[in-house]
Amino acid sequence: MNGAREVIELLSVWAIPALLVMIPLWASWKRIPVYEEFVEGAKEGFQTGVRIIPFLVAMLVAIGMFRASGAIDWITQACSPLLAWLGFPHELLPLSLMRPLSGGGSMAIFSDLVKTHGADSFLARAAGTIMGSTETTFYVVAVYFGAVGVKRTRHAIPAGLLADAAGIMAAIWICRWLFVSC
Amino acid sequence: MLNYIWLGMIVVAVVTAGARDAFVDGSPHIAAVTKAAVDSAETAVKLSIGLIGVMSLWLGMMRLAEKGGLVGLIAHAMRPVMSRLFPDVPKDHPAMGCMLMNMAANVLGLANAATPLGIKAMEELEKLNRTPGTATNAMCVFLAVNTSSIQLIPATAVAILSASGSKNPTAIIGAALVATTVSTFVGIVAVKLLEKLPCYRLPDPQQPENLGSTSSATNGETL
Repeated sequence: MNGAREVIELLSVWAIPALLVMIPLWASWKRIPVYEEFVEGAKEGFQTGVRIIPFLVAMLVAIGMFRASGAIDWITQACSPLLAWLGFPHELLPLSLMRPLSGGGSMAIFSDLVKTHGADSFLARAAGTIMGSTETTFYVVAVYFGAVGVKRTRHAIPAGLLADAAGIMAAIWICRWLFVSC
Repeated sequence: MLNYIWLGMIVVAVVTAGARDAFVDGSPHIAAVTKAAVDSAETAVKLSIGLIGVMSLWLGMMRLAEKGGLVGLIAHAMRPVMSRLFPDVPKDHPAMGCMLMNMAANVLGLANAATPLGIKAMEELEKLNRTPGTATNAMCVFLAVNTSSIQLIPATAVAILSASGSKNPTAIIGAALVATTVSTFVGIVAVKLLEKLPCYRLPDPQQPENLGSTSSATNGETL
């Protein structure tokens, strides 16, 4: 298992520098004037960044207010009998609700779970699996659709949330099977 | 959909904070909500501006990969999968290559490369959009793949477990791989099924302007 960890560390350290050297080398071998073409491509970066601003402001303000109000704690309390009946660990509900809304917020809840229950506990592992198998859906929607000025997102959000819910359920189920039974 | 969720979050936030202040405890939750609104607006701008740097870097790299034919090579290899996922996108359209580069960056967990490449892919998809302002089916499928997280190794979660003294932080990798496969599968199935529902049907492409003038001309003739 130690070997796996080393491979992961090596990969995360080397992935970006490898791409940054391989792509220009390849292009140069294909006789592309690399500096000129790089600058040409990079030009678009500024406009896109500015275009996203109103979309991200709208999304992050609503999410920020929602988080600050403590509504997530109330929802957790209100739902805990139902969750117990379903066999869903109620400690993981705040994380599950926060995950599609905020990357930083869910990371804070995850760190807190790890600290309170121990890094090798079922809850910490299930939470880590949830973090690794879901995304901040609302942020992705705001940024990606914002970049092209799409305001009517149709079924993108329901599909994204269903995927998150499936990821969370699968994470809890597989972690219970892997880490609890033995 | 987004209209209601957005409104819902703001209303729930203010009502919950107000109710807590009035009935539960004296601590000023409503002040915290106000502060969060102002701070989040500032964060949003900082994030967007902060994105410009990495965005320019990866868009420059993407241009090199495109000009050198690297993107086309990858797109060609993955053509059977991509044309099934995105039937509305022409097989040789640059959007295919961009989407693949974004997915590759996501699989490797390169978040700061994935976002610029994803945005570039959206811009390419927008060129095929006949209903500006409204998401196309291809855009929604691409979003579903992105929001379901397809990263191979949950590096951040492993790092946090490891930093917190876990004896075996990599134990979650297998579990995360299964869970992420499930979420991606459900995301794709959901997006493909939901696009058929009447309430999510794509509106008719905007009528070209000359159409209106011809119809009024015909009216004039009949009169």
